[in-house]
Amino acid sequence: MKAYAAILSARFRTLLQYRAAALAGLACQVFFGLVRVAIYGAFYALSSGPQPMCFAEVVTYIWLGQGLLRMIPMSVDGEVRAMIQSGSVAYELTRPLDLYGLWFTRSVAGLSAPVLLRCLPLFLFAGIFMGMQPPSSWEAALACAAATCCGLLLSAAMVTLLTITLLWTVAGDGITRLALITVWTFSGIVMPLPLFPEWLQPVLKILPFRGLMDTPFRLYLGHIPPGEALPFFLHQLAWTLALVALGRWLLSRGMRRLVVQGG
Amino acid sequence: MPQIVVEGLGKQYRVAERKAGTLGALGGLFRRNYCMVDALKGVSFNIERGEVVGYIGPNGAGKSTTVKVLAGILVPDAGRCEVNGRVPWRERIEHVRRIGVVFGQRTQLWWDLPVIESFELLRDIYRVEEAAYRKTLDELVTRLNLGAILDTPVRQLSLGQRMRCDLAASLLHAPELLFLDEPTIGLDAVAKLAVRDFLRELNHAHGVTVLLTTHDMDDIEALCSRVMVIGEGRILSDGTLDGLRAQVSSERRLIVDLERENGSFEQDGVTVERREGHRVFLRFDPRKVPAAELIGRIASRHAVRDLFVENLPIEEIIRRLYERIPA
Amino acid sequence: MSNALRLYRRFLGISLRAQMEYRASFLMQSLGNFLITGVEFLLIWALYDRFGQVPGWSLAEVALLYGLVNTSFPIAEVLSYGFDAFGSTVKAGEFDRVLLRPRSLVLQLIGQRLALKNVGRFLQGLAVLSFALSGLSFDWSAAKVLLILLALVGGVALFFGLIVLQATLAFWTTESLEVMNTMTYGGAETAQFPLSIYPAWLRTFFIFVVPLGCVTYLPVLAVLDRPAPAGLPDAALLFAPGVAFVFLAVALRAFQFGVGHYTSTGS
Ligand SMILES: Nc1ncnc2c1ncn2[C@@H]1O[C@H](COP(=O)(O)OP(=O)(O)O)[C@@H](O)[C@H]1O
Ligand SMILES: [Mg+2]
Repeated sequence: MKAYAAILSARFRTLLQYRAAALAGLACQVFFGLVRVAIYGAFYALSSGPQPMCFAEVVTYIWLGQGLLRMIPMSVDGEVRAMIQSGSVAYELTRPLDLYGLWFTRSVAGLSAPVLLRCLPLFLFAGIFMGMQPPSSWEAALACAAATCCGLLLSAAMVTLLTITLLWTVAGDGITRLALITVWTFSGIVMPLPLFPEWLQPVLKILPFRGLMDTPFRLYLGHIPPGEALPFFLHQLAWTLALVALGRWLLSRGMRRLVVQGG
Repeated sequence: MPQIVVEGLGKQYRVAERKAGTLGALGGLFRRNYCMVDALKGVSFNIERGEVVGYIGPNGAGKSTTVKVLAGILVPDAGRCEVNGRVPWRERIEHVRRIGVVFGQRTQLWWDLPVIESFELLRDIYRVEEAAYRKTLDELVTRLNLGAILDTPVRQLSLGQRMRCDLAASLLHAPELLFLDEPTIGLDAVAKLAVRDFLRELNHAHGVTVLLTTHDMDDIEALCSRVMVIGEGRILSDGTLDGLRAQVSSERRLIVDLERENGSFEQDGVTVERREGHRVFLRFDPRKVPAAELIGRIASRHAVRDLFVENLPIEEIIRRLYERIPA
Repeated sequence: MSNALRLYRRFLGISLRAQMEYRASFLMQSLGNFLITGVEFLLIWALYDRFGQVPGWSLAEVALLYGLVNTSFPIAEVLSYGFDAFGSTVKAGEFDRVLLRPRSLVLQLIGQRLALKNVGRFLQGLAVLSFALSGLSFDWSAAKVLLILLALVGGVALFFGLIVLQATLAFWTTESLEVMNTMTYGGAETAQFPLSIYPAWLRTFFIFVVPLGCVTYLPVLAVLDRPAPAGLPDAALLFAPGVAFVFLAVALRAFQFGVGHYTSTGS
């Protein structure tokens, strides 16, 4: 456990060094938050019928999304990818650590460091100037925080799984990009999930991606009362466990392949 | 006019200082300290056409930086630099057309391509006439013994093979000037010899000027009529190998094989370096104790089986020179 | 010139072969890219499905914007891979090699790789563009055809310029600014909607700072015989795509300036 904590903190420190990236990222997130709000503003201005979310809720949802943006899998771990491409990943086997645990820990750090840095200033800005609402209640805030943590684990499980698939398609951006865009679309970051067509809703409910953003956000908004949150947590955790299990299985197979190949 | 003129060259790199600990890293987000590393502090030298110059110095002394400035890759912060009457980074295209560069650490070839295709690509990049290209290629293939590996992708070559290909690649356009940055690094003894022989011939036959950085003093002894030593971004010495030796120390070494293992050599101007069984290594300064006199004295006092005098090995000279560089 | 073309062809051949060596991966990439645009379109469609249309813009008219962006952006991406991946080129010290060659840097970077995986997106953009052009009933004239072509080429120049600017940052920071990617992608996403839906300051931004509007919204207004937005003369619509070339020229100047600050890597 101590080893993982050390990896987490080392990774964290490395990521914190990237100041320009952090500032530029923050600026970009604010900018595209504004663009998205403008787009929805225009559409809401001309819609007459009732919508599943009111505009104020959409605004809050968008800013929550911009704040937690980097928690969505955006790319696989660049260093691990380089290691796989150069073949030096075999050396990873010589470490006295569980490889899956190692990569998973790296993913957790890589996903949470930028979010921790950026969400606070962004929420402050959006809350003061952009009409982002506070959580609907204390319970909602707590439930949202808990769901965000579960979402982080789910996200890390996805990143790790994608990283592992690189063991098969060496130069393969293909699967990863496709997978990433799927995650991206169905997590709610581009378009709040309640706004998707009605017939898609049952599918969205089952898919794991909702657990990344939509679940915590709707807890925040009070769409899901905190008292009814349990099935949503279970949904997140079940998918996390499933993805971890799948990742572990794939990794053990991939490593066997690697060892045989490397001879 | 010399082919290379370098005057008061200065180059600084900006390096971010990293603070320890998570808190330090957090602090670094708001205020970051940079420190300037002086890689070159007023380097000056001239190199004439046809010279083979060794450029040596400890790690981080500024050798690669100098080579990169001369090759037009880096723009210096201070000083003047002209190669063939051109400022490298200002007239980059005209400049690089006439030089060849090999960085031993990194290949210039296309990793996934067979060697010959890299060569053909270079032919087009440098706009080499087909006839001239054929001629040069044939010559290089023969002399560097590349025939068997021309169709192999670069990533499958051994280090020695790759280095020979890299050398050939840097010479396809018949440059008049060749910069070599650690071309023998990591090569085995045979490969090193091959590279050295080739470079010597190249210089003799085509009059190509060569600037060579290396950590291997045998390279220097085998090839270079002149050695420049750089330390901490300054040229410490510039001249022939013998001159360098004289500058650092005039000491010689006397090796004596004795009949018996013991025997004392305490006397003025002689120090015992070490003993290995019957063999004793002595160091002396011929200006204080002439060699003939010393040998006579030792022969009269001890039962000597054999003895010989040699210069201090060049490694030793360099070590002493480097030790003088303030760290 | 003919040598430059020959060289470029050679570069292309190499890059094609390299991409074919990992054929499965290449196919996955192309498929991925094709599906990505599909998903994007799905999102726009979902928006229209729920809310109806943007005031004053029919679906065909919006499709014209979408088609323009999604035809020119992938062309720029195909050409600009060397700039797109420039950060890692610099980090690996590979730019040294480019500087050592007696050829223009831009030619070499364009030749580094032809990112064919973007062809899927291009075809899709082209399909939407022809759908839009056939669905619209406006008076065809040679001038309008020319304007659309100019908008397309200008779009390529503009996106290319954005990617060059992104590459230029690599001379000063080794940090991976993948956020710049969001800027290009996000810009493309933004330009798919008529600028009229954005607040005034965003409109200004997309016309005068990052002139995406100059290659999409403004020429489309002219093609549809609509008046220029307040504050701009109608003639400006015709010349708007030209701004993109100025943008590209500025971006290339910035890049050249950056080359003087290249610090290579310690070996
Ligand atoms: N790209 C770079 N960025 C920052 N510092 C560098 C860079 N290249 C070299 N240095 C520093 O400049 C000094 C000289 O380096 P270099 O010329 O590579 O030395 P040498 O080749 O003699 O070993 C060293 O202290 C090195 O750390
Ligand atoms: Mg060096």
